[in-house]
Amino acid sequence: MRPFFFILIVVLLWACTQPSGPRTLPILGERDLVNGDTIYPTVPDFAFVDQDSQLVTNATFADKIYVVDFFFIHCPTICPKVKANGLRIFEKYKNDDRIMLLSHSIDVKNDTVAALKRHADKLGIESRRWRLVTGEHDAIYGIADDYFSVAVENPDAPGGFDHSGRLILVDKNRHVRSFCDGTDAKDVDRFMLDIDLLLEEQFGKR
Amino acid sequence: MTFLKKTPLPVLVALMLFASHCEPNPYREGARLYQFHCANCHLDEGQGLGALIPPLAGATDYLATNRERLPCILKYGLTDTIVVRGTVYAEAMPGVPALTAIQVTNILNFVNHSWGNQLPPFRLDEVRRLLSECPK
Repeated sequence: MRPFFFILIVVLLWACTQPSGPRTLPILGERDLVNGDTIYPTVPDFAFVDQDSQLVTNATFADKIYVVDFFFIHCPTICPKVKANGLRIFEKYKNDDRIMLLSHSIDVKNDTVAALKRHADKLGIESRRWRLVTGEHDAIYGIADDYFSVAVENPDAPGGFDHSGRLILVDKNRHVRSFCDGTDAKDVDRFMLDIDLLLEEQFGKR
Repeated sequence: MTFLKKTPLPVLVALMLFASHCEPNPYREGARLYQFHCANCHLDEGQGLGALIPPLAGATDYLATNRERLPCILKYGLTDTIVVRGTVYAEAMPGVPALTAIQVTNILNFVNHSWGNQLPPFRLDEVRRLLSECPK
């Protein structure tokens, strides 16, 4: 019996070891199989307006990776923490043309372009790198689903909206590759490592 | 246990006193309440957010000058435009009307003794009096 157990333990330990080679981020979401090809979910076409009244579409992020979140200005709960962590990402990649940030306001009524502009200025957000956008109500709430993010109007929630504080990482092929809890600084640290990994995968070593 | 038996009582007492002084901030209940009610906006280290949310860390000027108003601000919020550490803040702060005088005292004492702030503590009777005089 003894040798059998010994071999079993060795095999189990061996099975636990990680495959070697560089880690790559998975493509998130449910995939389809069409005619033998795997079809990965992609972020659909969108059109929003940013803090400078500029149109923001998928083309804004062409050949870039970008970080998405959902917020509203008069948010009494998690938004400031998410914004503070978003600002860490902004500061780190401020001079990197390969990456941008995109924050969707979910408060269509109050977060006008002018309000978004004031908000951006007070946070020191530069629009060339970080777009705060508004748009059609249904378009905003619809695209939240495509980013696996919760955004619903709920009069019982503090401030009137329920939303997740997730930060979502999208690659230049419109695939969602990683996300984190934007209220958790440690999880955001891990997320920034994922950003570096994705930059290297899509643009090569610098 | 032989260690305890052999060590004279005064030495043990001295060790315990020493250990109790190692606590960086004695206002643990205040810290807990701060995390729950305040940290979402003023953030974990009281650092605030840009020109939107004022910092509490190092805001000793504001905290000292407005000491008498602080209990009411916690409980009923603030709509004034204020200046903290040289920056103008104009956003409204929501209050937490459900806070009791004891909770207000604990939070204020935690803030007054955190992140480099060193301000005299609030006493409960003082906070009770100030709360009873809040402008409505």
